[in-house]
Amino acid sequence: MTTGGAAEQFIRVAAETTEAAPSPSIHVGQAMRRKEDPRLITGKGSYVEDINLTGQLWAAWVRSPEAHARIVSIDASAARARKGVHAVYTHEDLDIEASLPMIWVPPEIEVKTPHHPVLAKDEVNHVGDPVALVIGDDRYAVIDAVEDIVVEYDPLEVVVDPEKALEEGSPLVHEQLGTNKVCEWSLGGGDLEAGFAEADVVIERRIVNHRMAGAAIEPRGVLAEFRADRLTVWSSTQVPHFLRLFLSILLGVTEDKVRVIAPEVGGGFGSKLQVYAEEIGCAWASMKLGRPIKWIETRTEGFMVTHHGRDQIDTIRVGAKRDGTLTAWHAKIIADLGAYQMLLTPAIPPSSAFVMCGVYKTPAVQTDIVMVMTNKFGTDAIRGAGRPEATHMIEVTMDQVAHELGMDPLELRRKNFIPPFSNGHETPIGVTYDSGNYGGALDKLLEHIDPADVRREAEALRKRGVYRGIGFSTYTEICGNAPSRVIGPKGFGLQGGGWESATVRVHASGAVTLYTGTSPHGQGHETGFAQIVADRLGIDPAQVDVIHGDTATGPFGLDTYGSRSLSVGGEAAARAATKVAGKARQIVAHQLEAAPEDIELHEGRFSVRGSPDKGMTLPEVAGAAYVPDNLPEGMEPGLDEQSFYDPENFVFPFGAHACVVDVDAETGKVSVVRWVAVDDCGPAINPMLIDGQVHGGITHGIGQALYERIHYDESGQLVTGTFVDYALATAAELPSYETDRTETPSPVNSLRVKGVGEAGTIAASPAVVNAVIDALRPLGVDYINMPLTPMRVWEAIHEANGGVRA
Amino acid sequence: MIPAEFDYTAPASLEEAISALRQGGEDAKLLAGGHSLLPLMKLRLAAPSLLVDLRRVPGLAGVARGNGTWRIGALTPHAVLEHTPELGVVSAAAATIADPQVRNRGTIGGSLVHGDPASDLPAVMMACEASVTVQGPSGQRTIPALELFQGYMETALAADEVLTEVRMPVLDGWGFGYEKFNRRSEDWAMVAVSAVVNARDGTCEDVRVGLTNMGSVPLRAPAVEEALRGKQLDAESIAAAAEQAAEGTDPPADLNASAEYKRHLARVLCRRALEKAAGLSS
Ligand SMILES: Cc1cc2nc3c(=O)[nH]c(=O)nc-3n(C[C@H](O)[C@H](O)[C@H](O)COP(=O)(O)OP(=O)(O)OC[C@H]3O[C@@H](n4cnc5c(N)ncnc54)[C@H](O)[C@@H]3O)c2cc1C
Repeated sequence: MTTGGAAEQFIRVAAETTEAAPSPSIHVGQAMRRKEDPRLITGKGSYVEDINLTGQLWAAWVRSPEAHARIVSIDASAARARKGVHAVYTHEDLDIEASLPMIWVPPEIEVKTPHHPVLAKDEVNHVGDPVALVIGDDRYAVIDAVEDIVVEYDPLEVVVDPEKALEEGSPLVHEQLGTNKVCEWSLGGGDLEAGFAEADVVIERRIVNHRMAGAAIEPRGVLAEFRADRLTVWSSTQVPHFLRLFLSILLGVTEDKVRVIAPEVGGGFGSKLQVYAEEIGCAWASMKLGRPIKWIETRTEGFMVTHHGRDQIDTIRVGAKRDGTLTAWHAKIIADLGAYQMLLTPAIPPSSAFVMCGVYKTPAVQTDIVMVMTNKFGTDAIRGAGRPEATHMIEVTMDQVAHELGMDPLELRRKNFIPPFSNGHETPIGVTYDSGNYGGALDKLLEHIDPADVRREAEALRKRGVYRGIGFSTYTEICGNAPSRVIGPKGFGLQGGGWESATVRVHASGAVTLYTGTSPHGQGHETGFAQIVADRLGIDPAQVDVIHGDTATGPFGLDTYGSRSLSVGGEAAARAATKVAGKARQIVAHQLEAAPEDIELHEGRFSVRGSPDKGMTLPEVAGAAYVPDNLPEGMEPGLDEQSFYDPENFVFPFGAHACVVDVDAETGKVSVVRWVAVDDCGPAINPMLIDGQVHGGITHGIGQALYERIHYDESGQLVTGTFVDYALATAAELPSYETDRTETPSPVNSLRVKGVGEAGTIAASPAVVNAVIDALRPLGVDYINMPLTPMRVWEAIHEANGGVRA
Repeated sequence: MIPAEFDYTAPASLEEAISALRQGGEDAKLLAGGHSLLPLMKLRLAAPSLLVDLRRVPGLAGVARGNGTWRIGALTPHAVLEHTPELGVVSAAAATIADPQVRNRGTIGGSLVHGDPASDLPAVMMACEASVTVQGPSGQRTIPALELFQGYMETALAADEVLTEVRMPVLDGWGFGYEKFNRRSEDWAMVAVSAVVNARDGTCEDVRVGLTNMGSVPLRAPAVEEALRGKQLDAESIAAAAEQAAEGTDPPADLNASAEYKRHLARVLCRRALEKAAGLSS
């Protein structure tokens, strides 16, 4: 998956990789209510903010009001003298040499990466860059003290526009690097030139995929305690295991002495897939002072210094023959990375490249990416991370092609769909999609909505000045991170693996705990994973306690992001449970004097095939395993098994979405009036959890298309720094979504599942844009960039009208 | 999100409140529903040294009607206005304020004294030709709504005066329309237009139009009013009059709305509000 191919890296997956034996689906497939909800909705969840330790102090940060400036002086004397203040630290005080981490080192490509300190040294590079850390008795004391600190800045020239940042003579974000260009990265396959030469029409569009925030309901927070040589850090993070590793590296405490706990985490959407300065800084201060240190992010800080996503300027070209056959895709991406490269920052834009032909057979596909730094905060993974950008380009352009050819957009799609496949389809760039039936998903979608009906409604509404339109998106995406050899150092270049782990522990009483290495933060793993384990052990999901997010309790894991939890972590859980069941069978066979092959799960008991009255329940088996006076020869006592699972391939969920909008042509206001979604993530473990993910995902995509936007002005000031300006869609703006599924099994894992956490977001934004353009075609509007704010839509109508006011 | 230190008092009478304000000096502030003041304090855009909470002062909340006048207590929350449909355009406007939480806490007095040109009630009060009663150390005075708003978030009240009541002529028989334009239902108005119309036999006898967020203060649209007064109330005359809605305005631009766009919205919303007020649409 590096530049220029390595197609052979991608797998031919087969049934032999599916080690976990099938088991009866009693609980799997049921729309079980979430086990975690009673405690969450009755206020019994415990978030970082809820945890307080004896002797705890608070932290606050002095942040740069300048987007780019030299620090001339810092006067903290008044703050130090303030009652309740224990310490004020600046860069000089920190003895942390290493940079905050960035873990993408692609073979043969130099990624220009500035040193990223915990506290700014000599220079600030974005608004919010931390300059000093204040520690005091309580939150009020430290925030008051922050206002006492006088920092003198000598402003430097600012660059916020990535295209300008690439120009000769542009101000440099990091002078010492001599350029704002981070790297170029390409991925392609097939003969592009021939593809375009063959085309009867070539459509090119410039698509701005603007910056957005994760905007999780729970802000970030850290509580760090260093006591008796051990460092414990509670953090509102998606990645406790990553954080532990980097705390160890940056602070010089061996990994065994570092424990990270992600307690209840109120959402992340990628924004908590990070190792943040605040996490390292608070841990450092707790080591320095020997006191627990707590910091809770304010919402203002959240918009300023919790990583953003997207921010691409895309130029997409597509070639097609008269009959609609696609001949080539070529995407040029300018990716704005912001001022520092964070954990995965430069590895995100390439994710667009992996699905740059979408669900369409196209002989030639090429993606060329230029990554550039600006005086804005860093971008990194936000729900979809690269795939929404690709899907947006592809699906919006498909409608443009259809219009150009005078074809129905769905007919154009059908003409180019990769035909149904169940065990691998290799695209020109060497990515092997696992399974797909794109026409099937579209058929299902059209059972719920008939475009002809919408057109009839549109006709009637137009008399009232309301323009109704319908837009579609047929997508696939790449998730389930990931096969280690593909994403790792010798492949794509991430300095890590992609496996996941699970431990299933049957206690002596027969109670069951599943420890997962994934780290859920709202998705519902405690329910879905319990369903998987329960079926394999013949018990009820209520009897499976799912423990996660604590590096000291479970096995080593790789946490939750990239829609990986179920297809990698859930599979690991299934495998661990299968191992336990295997041992249980042997114990039962031994005790009941039967052959292990003849032991089957029947109505919650391990019983002998053909004689269901002869059997043992799980508690009875556990008793035998922990009071080991009658175990098979050579068998170790205990009933506790672990599995590490490294997938052979990614998984590729897909689907078809339809969006109906009404546009008030006089004001430009867009209302989404109907949404139908058919998503295919393989057989459902729990349809209700899928619906939850799809609903949230669509909302995120509509949010980007119509409402949400992180915007910096020319001087690098963040304009959208509160929820007044950063417009998150609310229930009042959204229709009730209609969801359905098709279920195409994945050959990659034994559960046959694919991820669904990001799918809705990946699908949604182009459907909205297509619907709005469809609505406004009668007024001559051909294309509009997101976000489709009323003014932007009004201006587009206005321009299409030749400047005449609508 | 963490306010600076402040003192707090909740006096039990208006006199005590006024003297607390006086003693607190320039930095003392009244607290009503807190839904404008507290956000400013949490963002540290305001740092009053003393908050004088009005919640224990008796007789400041409620809506009463008598002698052709509505009397609305300063502490009356938006939700009460919303659920008093007899208040016509006031009720319609109150119903568009943010969400139920804000409407349950925010008060008409706070909204008027806060003086935000993007708030819904100030321009509506101007259109209804209401007046406010204020009480200060040297007694009581009345300020017409048309003179209340002096500058951006600046009113004619002195720092030690309390707005106690809003008085508003009963507009029985007048038609009304309130058109608020925002991106999301809970947002402040990008632009809003309030219209009240008194028609007889299809002729516009009197009309008043208020403009929200079309300048640094809430405004009336005199050109529209003049264009329509005495005219036959039909779609054509309304459309023609509404074309004047942005006359003389200089609305501030922001990320989501240029001045030109706001002027355009004012014209569209004005026409729609007048059509509603004239009973031509619902
Ligand atoms: C999320 C959100 C959304 C909102 N959206 C809207 C909206 O769409 N439209 C809208 O109109 N408003 C909106 N508001 C503002 C809301 O209506 C406020 O409640 C209102 O503007 C102020 O009323 P209050 O009682 O909360 O006043 P406070 O916040 O308590 O006070 C505001 C100011 O008025 C002064 N004051 C209060 N009462 C008196 C008095 N009796 N005499 C003298 N001075 C007084 C205070 O000292 C302070 O300076 C919103 C608020 C929030 C939090």
